[in-house]
Amino acid sequence: MTKNGSSEFRLVGTRPNRPDGLDKVTGRARYGADASMPGMLHGAVVRSPHAHARIVKIDTSKAEALPGVKGVVTRADFPTGLTGEDWDLQENTMAGEKALYDGHAVAAVAATSPLLAQEAARLIEVEYEVLPHVIDVDDAIKPDAPAIRPGAADHSVPEGSPPNVVRYLEFGHGDIEAGFAEADLVMENTYKTEATHQGYIEPHACVGQLGADGKGEMWVCTQGQWYIRRMCAAVLGIEAAQLRVTPSEIGGGFGGKTTIFMEPLSLALSRKAGGKPVKIVMSRSEVLRATGPTASASMDVKIGMKKDGTITAGYANFRMQGGAFPGAPVDMALYCAFAGYKLANVKHVGYDVLANRPKCAAYRAPGSPMGAFAVESLVDEMARKLGLDPLDVRLKNAVREGDKASYGPTFGSIGLVETLEAAKAHPNLKAPLGPNQGRGVACGYWFNHGGETSVSMAIGEDGTATVSVGTPDIGGGRASIALMVAETLGIDYDDVRVNVVETGALGVNEPTHGSRATFASGKAAVESTNQAIKEMCRRAAAEWGIDPEAVEWVNGAAQPTSSNAGKFAPMTIKEIAAKMGSTGGPISGHYEGLPSGVGASFGTHVVDVEVDPETGRTTILRYLVVQDAGRAIHPAYVEGQYQGGAVQGIGWALNEAYIYGEDGRLQNPIFLDYRVPVASDLPMIDTVIVEVPNPGHPYGVRGVGETGITPPLPAIANAIEHATGQRIRHLPISPPKLLKAIKSAAPSGPTLQAAE
Amino acid sequence: MRYHSPTSFDEAVGIAAKAQGVTRFLAGGTDVLVQMRAGAVLPDDLIDVKKIPGVRDITRTPDGGWKIGVAVSGAELGAHEELCRDWPGVVEGMELVGSTQVQGRATLTGNLCNGSPAADSVPGLVAAGATVTVTGANGTREVAVQDIPSRPGKTSLAQGEVISAINLPPRGENAGDAYLRFIPRTEMDIAVVGCAVSLRVDGHKIVEARVALGAVAPTVLLVSDAADALIGSTLDDAALEALATAARAACKPIDDKRGTVEFRVDVAGVLARRAARIAYDRAKGVSK
Ligand SMILES: Cc1cc2nc3c(=O)[nH]c(=O)nc-3n(C[C@H](O)[C@H](O)[C@H](O)COP(=O)(O)OP(=O)(O)OC[C@H]3O[C@@H](n4cnc5c(N)ncnc54)[C@H](O)[C@@H]3O)c2cc1C
Repeated sequence: MTKNGSSEFRLVGTRPNRPDGLDKVTGRARYGADASMPGMLHGAVVRSPHAHARIVKIDTSKAEALPGVKGVVTRADFPTGLTGEDWDLQENTMAGEKALYDGHAVAAVAATSPLLAQEAARLIEVEYEVLPHVIDVDDAIKPDAPAIRPGAADHSVPEGSPPNVVRYLEFGHGDIEAGFAEADLVMENTYKTEATHQGYIEPHACVGQLGADGKGEMWVCTQGQWYIRRMCAAVLGIEAAQLRVTPSEIGGGFGGKTTIFMEPLSLALSRKAGGKPVKIVMSRSEVLRATGPTASASMDVKIGMKKDGTITAGYANFRMQGGAFPGAPVDMALYCAFAGYKLANVKHVGYDVLANRPKCAAYRAPGSPMGAFAVESLVDEMARKLGLDPLDVRLKNAVREGDKASYGPTFGSIGLVETLEAAKAHPNLKAPLGPNQGRGVACGYWFNHGGETSVSMAIGEDGTATVSVGTPDIGGGRASIALMVAETLGIDYDDVRVNVVETGALGVNEPTHGSRATFASGKAAVESTNQAIKEMCRRAAAEWGIDPEAVEWVNGAAQPTSSNAGKFAPMTIKEIAAKMGSTGGPISGHYEGLPSGVGASFGTHVVDVEVDPETGRTTILRYLVVQDAGRAIHPAYVEGQYQGGAVQGIGWALNEAYIYGEDGRLQNPIFLDYRVPVASDLPMIDTVIVEVPNPGHPYGVRGVGETGITPPLPAIANAIEHATGQRIRHLPISPPKLLKAIKSAAPSGPTLQAAE
Repeated sequence: MRYHSPTSFDEAVGIAAKAQGVTRFLAGGTDVLVQMRAGAVLPDDLIDVKKIPGVRDITRTPDGGWKIGVAVSGAELGAHEELCRDWPGVVEGMELVGSTQVQGRATLTGNLCNGSPAADSVPGLVAAGATVTVTGANGTREVAVQDIPSRPGKTSLAQGEVISAINLPPRGENAGDAYLRFIPRTEMDIAVVGCAVSLRVDGHKIVEARVALGAVAPTVLLVSDAADALIGSTLDDAALEALATAARAACKPIDDKRGTVEFRVDVAGVLARRAARIAYDRAKGVSK
């Protein structure tokens, strides 16, 4: 369902088929593993079976002796002397002195077939000295925890901190003690979330080719071809300009494909094998063991509330581990945690902690779901205690335009209140609840992002338009950009083709991350289009012999204005394009820069659950996503983003988690046991698109991709308490955990009723 | 790896008896091929049983029972109306295996011989009192289904033995069976607990019963105490409670990533109660 009833636009707000749709449903679309080159070799990676181990010796001789093996690489094949994030990337690509997690790459081999490469990988002998390891964030932050990387802490970490703390932050405003003193109710609790994986269906895959001359190419499934280029170049010590990176179609990324994993290995192997292209395709278990999950978190939250629901102060202390490398999104988690609340007094403290797990990567609104779980759970607990409606409590404290955000800046135009009001008015809120059923609400936030952007568009000889963008299409970006360009130009949607291009075709683009593609590439495409329109007006003016300022663009044609109005018949884009070769040459437009005017997006979710009191199994009965899109360029794809975010959040809340054994090995590196929701688990996810247009975008766009994963974690925990009386503060709320809670509360056997 | 496609069970037995290294039979391949792809099992000899005549047949035996060929897929079982009428619990166990795609290939025999304690079709077969025909160098023997799995991933079959059929007894009048499993999701999951109940009534009274549990011990369990709790009752609350208690008492589960000991024991009792109710209604003709 969409609230976009406006007929302000001809195309924006309509729902045409996506330009890549036919290719995808017919199997013609080329994904990462579909790339194939003449003379191509296949790579396989040897991975550490230990969570933490010194690498004593690597013997590659047997593998190298196997006929068909063309190259083996270890860390010795990489340059030394890297620092900071570059060193982290290199270390994660290929272990150096120590293997830092189960699945950490220690060697790689290229051979003439995938089977041979796997056989050769089994022949590589690695001698390890196993070291004590630590997995859980609360264990990792202990003073006596095994030190994973002494010296990795940055300047922010106070002297005398535990060895695995690598970053510390503290910020806020007002006086929280004074705030708590004003409150009628002060509550404090600890919440935990487990690491989850982005769970994209397409595993990482690439073909890399690198010659002795330092020139190379890569075909890869990624959210950001320039990031791949920069990171591979840094890790391998080659020049970025000499590496040309072409992105494939992408079967999901959710943030996890904004960085490198095995890509430099294919290049290093290619260089070893005389420049032959090397293909590496990860298996699902490699994806789960060695690519970016998100962080796990342990969080204390304290809130003061008055009897009427007014929040007087908030305090958050978050500890997060993001694997054996700095970079857990504890900062983002804290920025977002209280973002929906207007707070005079707020304080945040955060610790980024190392643990023997894979290096975390971005995952849809990195950090925000954890922060929301902690804060939105506690707000619900307090509202319940004070007998207040949870939506009213949020409305009472909701931030509005001009308010100072909990993390510092002042909000521009935002739509939190509008989402809360739309949620209140939705029929799902009136659906009756039966026994063992409960309803939960929660809000969520994401900043959205502009970022480095470069876009070109060109008018074809027939008056159609080609747009070159650098942001791989993971969320329907091509359709939205085509709609905006066609709207602006005054031509049909089908007459615009949007291509996602390789690194040689444009200036640097950040990846499709931060929900930025439709905002940033879209804004850049509209600006490029306006340049081309200006040029077309100039060509018409020249032909008419009038001042270009006296020509305007209306409905796909140049037409004279003011004193010249009506003197000349409008000159259509087709006419201008047909003769552009003799009127001054190609007509195109270009934009590069850092698009400003980003609009943040708030969302409010309402979920109804039913809990089987005898098994602890939770069924989602109804699920409503209400979110501010700014403007929905293609409402169906906006709804798809809302639904997808909600489903990933539902998985995180109920069943998804990285499960480790005592030995520090990941026990569920397979979709059978890493339980993402399946289609039959879910009802249709209801959506309401709220449109509070972003004044910073020509069509009012905010990003919509990320906010949606944020509220489900607390909303479901809140609904489960409503259904069972049990508050679970540690995700996932799996059946064994919930059943145990239910039974310990009612030792004589479960006798449950709906709370209302 | 050598791939064989014998055209008789004797030929299959001959190949298997001679094989030196890792040997696997290939029915639907939904376990074997997946294990091969993952590098977990790399057979030296792979013996495809699907080319043997009759392996896809479902036949009524003279005594009114059923003989099911070793290559009959889950989808074929589910499409067989008469079999479904006789043994809905057996069929629903098999139909829970995998997805539509997997159903087109997966077999009862493969599910049994893969040796997973969580195999979904096995409790139903055990509750039904099913047997398998085992063909070896010295002819055939008939073995109760519960005697085939010996521990996780292993069977009691000797080298050179192959299962040549699955046999279900005659269903008879006023009888019903049912299988339920617990999974955290709704499909594509491994049973955390499974329970099958088969029973016969005389009027309202239960006169025969068999109860089998899956995923709560190294192999499938046939729980006679649980059956005894039902026999002679009208499935009143006391009988259901006694059934749950007996089922729980029989469990010897492990704590693992799929569930805790406490959870499995508890839910075994819950599923036993629920499966018994369904089987009872089926026996009385109240439901299908
Ligand atoms: C996606 C997916 C989902 C699944 N879901 C489930 C599920 O929900 N529940 C469940 O229980 N299982 C599940 N499975 C496992 C599998 O599908 C079942 O165990 C299936 O019944 C195996 O049958 P098959 O015919 O494919 O066996 P195969 O893979 O062909 O063989 C399995 C084993 O049986 C042996 N074998 C086969 N035939 C004979 C014979 N005639 N004599 C002696 N030994 C023999 C083989 O040597 C092998 O060891 C799933 C598998 C997949 C891939």
